[in-house]
Amino acid sequence: MSAALMSVHPVLALQDTSSTVLLHRWQFGFNLIYHYLYPQLTMGLILLIVVLETLYLRRGHEFYKKAADFWVRLFAPAFVIGAVTGIPLEFGFGTNWAVFSTVSGGVIGQTIALEGVFAFFVESAFLGLYLYGGDAFGKKVRWFSAFMVFLGSWASGYFILTVNAWMQNPISYRTLPDGNLALVHFWKLFLNPWMFHQYIHVMGGAVVTASFAMAGIGAFYLLSRRDVQFGKLFVTLGVIAGLASSLWMIYPSGDMESAALAEKQPIKLAAAEGLFHTEKGASLTIIGQPNLQTMRIDNPIELPKILSFLSYRSFEATVKGLEAFPRSLWPNVPLVYYSYHIMVGLGTIFAAVMLLAALLLWRGRLFRSRRMLWLLLLIMPFPFITNTVGWVVAESGRQPWIIYGVMKTAQGASRLVNAGNVYFTIAGLAGLFLLLSVLYVIVVLKEVHQGPEAPQSEDVERLEKEIREIIPGRRALQERRREEPIESGREEKVRG
Amino acid sequence: MQTIWFIFIAFILTMYVLLDGFDLGAGAIYPFVAKDDKERRAVQRAILPMWDGNETWLVAAGGGLFLSFPLLYSASMSGFYLAVFVVLWLLILRGVGLEMRHLLDNDLWRSFWDGVFFLGSLLLPFFFGVALANVMRGVPIGRGGKYFFQSLWTDPLHPLSKNPGILDWYTVMIGLLALCAVILHGTTYLTMKTTGGLRNSSRIFAGAFWVATVGLTALATPLTFYLLPQRLSHFESAPWGFVFPAAAIGGILTVGYALAKGRDGLSFGGSCAYIAGMMSSTAFAIYPKVLPAVDPSRSLTIYNASAPHHSLVVGLIAWGLGLLLACIYFAIIYRMFRGRVEV
Repeated sequence: MSAALMSVHPVLALQDTSSTVLLHRWQFGFNLIYHYLYPQLTMGLILLIVVLETLYLRRGHEFYKKAADFWVRLFAPAFVIGAVTGIPLEFGFGTNWAVFSTVSGGVIGQTIALEGVFAFFVESAFLGLYLYGGDAFGKKVRWFSAFMVFLGSWASGYFILTVNAWMQNPISYRTLPDGNLALVHFWKLFLNPWMFHQYIHVMGGAVVTASFAMAGIGAFYLLSRRDVQFGKLFVTLGVIAGLASSLWMIYPSGDMESAALAEKQPIKLAAAEGLFHTEKGASLTIIGQPNLQTMRIDNPIELPKILSFLSYRSFEATVKGLEAFPRSLWPNVPLVYYSYHIMVGLGTIFAAVMLLAALLLWRGRLFRSRRMLWLLLLIMPFPFITNTVGWVVAESGRQPWIIYGVMKTAQGASRLVNAGNVYFTIAGLAGLFLLLSVLYVIVVLKEVHQGPEAPQSEDVERLEKEIREIIPGRRALQERRREEPIESGREEKVRG
Repeated sequence: MQTIWFIFIAFILTMYVLLDGFDLGAGAIYPFVAKDDKERRAVQRAILPMWDGNETWLVAAGGGLFLSFPLLYSASMSGFYLAVFVVLWLLILRGVGLEMRHLLDNDLWRSFWDGVFFLGSLLLPFFFGVALANVMRGVPIGRGGKYFFQSLWTDPLHPLSKNPGILDWYTVMIGLLALCAVILHGTTYLTMKTTGGLRNSSRIFAGAFWVATVGLTALATPLTFYLLPQRLSHFESAPWGFVFPAAAIGGILTVGYALAKGRDGLSFGGSCAYIAGMMSSTAFAIYPKVLPAVDPSRSLTIYNASAPHHSLVVGLIAWGLGLLLACIYFAIIYRMFRGRVEV
């Protein structure tokens, strides 16, 4: 493949640009990591917001509406930042990975394009309706628009993960005479077996982040003895969702992920586990530092035979170590090893903490247990780290491939974009991201400080009120309802 | 099949300019149209529920391009690398500016984000116009390759040099034309969506930018064909294509007529026709090329840049369906927010 590619894309032969390729990776990876801090929160949060909206719809109590509004005020700016930092990524396939995009566009162009029309349009259109028209059009439209934002953002996750799943496990393609790849079966691309476990694992991770955020802010209110009713609601919802999702991350989704690695990407598994030598009945390393000189783990703490069991369901199974593969195909071993161990370690702690919190909740003691509430508050940032290092395992771990087993990352980069230009745009993005982070922190601190009971910023309230007043459709609807009750029922169906 | 996709992409880009055009245009003019904070809020209210959705058309166009013409997508994104990033920064800042403004009750905070929003809205249409002009003029696709890399400027006084930059007098002129046209579009939208003093001053500005747009169009069109006579060839071989420039001329005359008569809806409609006419004329002029090169034999065409046939067919079905759904949501939501905004 690589020789064929060289002849088809002569530009590849122009210059030795391995350092430029590294810069392209930094730019894209940095943008990705920063971007994903927001969607992991919003994708999870919108699910919890839909739960709050459902409570409001069912019970009709203003309390739930206020609770939902509070979270929407944290959700909306995160959503906007997630959206605007995602745009450079969509175009980044072309700006930084021109050759890769040309070669694979016939396949993954499908999913990227469909994400735009099926997910982004739904999200953006209904978010506008939810934020600025939610109150004016009544409870049902409010619930429906929130639900559509949820559907849109989870669909968006599905489409973009389809792209990633194909890069991890390329299927249903054939190579054309000009070296580009063509799609064979549309549905197989969307039902990539890699997709399934990856999707449930990633979306589970988003719910972990959001439920820890909800539980943490609830704990903050309970600890500071203000907005106590809201605090109780947030902690309850956060702990229930947090327990379910953090267990979900371990079993079944995490377990499925590592089984898939054992089958399809054994090098990544070996690097993640720090397994240098092929072993029968391999032990699982809990802590230790991989030493690339001596090819072993320094200061290891190990569980004998467990790795074999987890990978192949047999204590005596043979697990391939890094030595079984040529060194040129190794990823950055320490990076993948530590990322993986941080992910698994923190994930285990999350499940334990939530199990304990759920137990206290069930016994009715959680709201009084200050130590547990402190723990819930302080653990809040860690799911962000866990999701991030999880992605580092997935993406760094598959290096040197951009399409696993098909195309090397170094072949896929935009070769005519030189290092100076990449430095320039990385610097610009870094500055912008810093600004966005500061802004979001300001917003969160302000909203949490004001609390769910506080009226919204005067400006927003005026805005909403004015929109409510100026919507003639609404006014016409009310008038018509007065005149022709049957007609209005039909009208509402159309709107809903 | 390639032609259908070409039309599709041209359509979606035109939709983007029509939709995001009015909020960009409104953003680029509102500090002058709106005199106080109340009026500024009214302007923002007229665009707030829609801007994010409008911008999605650009993202959808990017995705559609990736699907249908992967080589065009990757060659142009990497070739215009610097300009693409400048545009992305502006999009980020502008989007954040619009949404952050409401989050703190502080005049300085609001003024700052108003300024960011204004600058973003001002520069974006200019750069989009420059991009379109680069496509019209041709890009320096190099020897033996399918890719190119353009600096921001190399020889601004000679657009026809072997190695042109992104900015030269020709592309800057088209950028300014795009800016004027978009501001005209935004002011006619505001005239249609607002009342009282805000409507009146929008109308006055619309008149001024109508004159500017007419003037620049009258200057730029002959210059384009003088500079690039080869872009006339498709019109010569298929004279029915003159309906596109005719629509543009009809549109801009309608705007003038409707502004004079105070028919706000018609003036916005005319502006839509003008923009759609200009965009489709450009598309028609370069067809079947998708990215003309300085050396014509290296141009990317709908044939050498397209995805394999099967991808185009299944993509058309799935993507077309999604686009249809999107049009339905947009129709519903625009209907829900119809009517004028009061100050």
